[in-house]
Amino acid sequence: MSRLTGVFAKLKAQRKKALIPYVVAGDPSPSGTVELLHQLVAAGADVLEVGVPFSDPMSEGLVIQLGHERALANGMTLRGVLDIITDFRRDNTHTPVVMMGYANPIERFGYDSFAEASSVAGVDGLITVDLPPEEVGRLDHALIQVGIDNIFLISPTTENERIETIVARARGFIYYVAVKGVTGSGQIDVNEVAQRVGVIRGMTDLPVAVGFGIKDADSASHVAQVADAVVVGSALIDEMVRKSRADASLEEIQIHEAAVQLLKRIRSGVDSSPS
Amino acid sequence: MTVEVTPELFASVPDANGRFGQFGGKFVAETLMTALTELQALYASLKSDASFIAEFDRDLAHYVGRPSPLYEASRLSDQIGGARIFLKREDLNHTGAHKVNNTIGQALLAKYMGKRRVIAETGAGQHGVATATVAARLGLECHVFMGEEDIRRQSLNVYRMKLLGADVVPVTSGSRTLKDAMNEAMRDWVTNVDSTFYIIGTVAGPHPYPMLVRDFQSVIGREARTQSLSQTGKLPDALVACVGGGSNAIGLFHPFLQDLGVEMYGVEAGGKGLSTGQHAAPLSVGSPGVLHGNRTYLMQDDDGQILETHSVSAGLDYPGVGPEHAWLKDIGRVRYVTADDRETLEAFHRLTRIEGIMPALETAHALAYAEKLASEMSPNQHIIVNLSGRGDKDILTVAALEGIEV
Repeated sequence: MSRLTGVFAKLKAQRKKALIPYVVAGDPSPSGTVELLHQLVAAGADVLEVGVPFSDPMSEGLVIQLGHERALANGMTLRGVLDIITDFRRDNTHTPVVMMGYANPIERFGYDSFAEASSVAGVDGLITVDLPPEEVGRLDHALIQVGIDNIFLISPTTENERIETIVARARGFIYYVAVKGVTGSGQIDVNEVAQRVGVIRGMTDLPVAVGFGIKDADSASHVAQVADAVVVGSALIDEMVRKSRADASLEEIQIHEAAVQLLKRIRSGVDSSPS
Repeated sequence: MTVEVTPELFASVPDANGRFGQFGGKFVAETLMTALTELQALYASLKSDASFIAEFDRDLAHYVGRPSPLYEASRLSDQIGGARIFLKREDLNHTGAHKVNNTIGQALLAKYMGKRRVIAETGAGQHGVATATVAARLGLECHVFMGEEDIRRQSLNVYRMKLLGADVVPVTSGSRTLKDAMNEAMRDWVTNVDSTFYIIGTVAGPHPYPMLVRDFQSVIGREARTQSLSQTGKLPDALVACVGGGSNAIGLFHPFLQDLGVEMYGVEAGGKGLSTGQHAAPLSVGSPGVLHGNRTYLMQDDDGQILETHSVSAGLDYPGVGPEHAWLKDIGRVRYVTADDRETLEAFHRLTRIEGIMPALETAHALAYAEKLASEMSPNQHIIVNLSGRGDKDILTVAALEGIEV
């Protein structure tokens, strides 16, 4: 059983929902990311989503765009992200890690070499925003060879017929994008999300994670009522940026603390949700 | 590449998945897939619809002012020597460049889809102006995304767009030029996909854009072909056009692709020289990758990060290129070359002084290469250069480069 499948099965048995924080590898600093990942696990993360910085992150809102820019300015590369995950795995072999990024750095790395290197590093899943089902075939094949789950996205505009073909290929979990828009934008419509997640559940037994537009304990609690997992990204990064702006003399670990505190509040929101 | 180049080959691309060989495709977020499928289906049905074609042709004739002349630049040819040089005068179109051929076509598609809001990205501002123009004419809400750096160097076009009623949105991310404007337009589109038609300005982006922009711009080459036959009694020996995203080049080239005797040259921005890294020549020195919805040649580093480009002309300042050009390069049908900033400025001045035609700086790249090419050919041969736009928008840039205060 893969790490992702195992975690979702365990949570289901405990009638709990998964919490998935997203951070950008290399932001605020490359040397601090491993520690940040451990801190997030301690604060209640069940799965980690690690952003691979790209020069042209077309699906990101401003908060995450700037995170990508900082990470690249810090010299972060795809190889560097894999090194971070390798380091993280030295002290944590149980928390699944999903990488999220864009096609071009992976194209450049080479699909087969990338799949192999990710497997060695201990990656469990991959989300590539600009590789929809029509384009992900070759990479997906390489990922299957090494036992990594390609995580497919479904959005509010995805028609039912298309959902059916997507879930047929999906592994690990389904990522439902809750708003039309970029990361961190928009106000989530819980009723609409419930209806769409219901449609997806009618077609697959895979867990459904919901992301984009979840900002705090309250919105997380609402989403957790209908989803198996809640993804939160921009809000965590925004907290860290605010804290470092407010006091330039802080150590990086204290900046991380801002994300940790928010994640703990969101954890309690998720856990308070009647399932 | 082992593809056999036959006249039939060119009618076979793109395939149903939007592929030109290994290039093209639909590399976008899931949220946009349905909109692209709808656009593809609509275009497939309208492409051969007599009333759609008639409406497009009527607008091109009476609003744009087509056909544009094919003008023999005899004084220029005399000075350069060698082949006769003809200019396809897209600068005489309404709004002053070839861009309007495409915005007329896409605005018609928006109308058929019932979308009342259009967005566009722009570099030099020509596509932004052409979009703002058709939006004004059809009463559509229009937002144009433009890099802060380009807003600074193309202030005249910015004001033109505002006069036309468009909202010009400054883009401050990344290199603040065309690629970042396109990122921001994609972000707007994904957010407002139900109400909004994205009018892409070049033969890039996800399928079906490279195909439909090519089809709308192909009027350039169809006219040039007819005009060449009637004015010289034969097809041209060579075609030359500048390539940023590549829409004016594909518009001129496409109707001649099956005429295997016609040589074609796409001229990229050599900037300060290919060895300096400060240029915008992905076909000349880039490598294949994925950006803005398609696989194509890109300027990128070893980690797959997109590099910043440099060109004296904002319209060529783009690290990618349309996927059909990438394919035409690989099969060897078109040769892609460069002209640097210095050669370009010389060509700008020469045409202005000798023919009384002031070309856009983008277009001047094509002229710079065409002059070299002509000088190596014989007087019984002739070249067609796509004079893709007029240079009024660039006079402040030229003055600044030469230290002149206007």
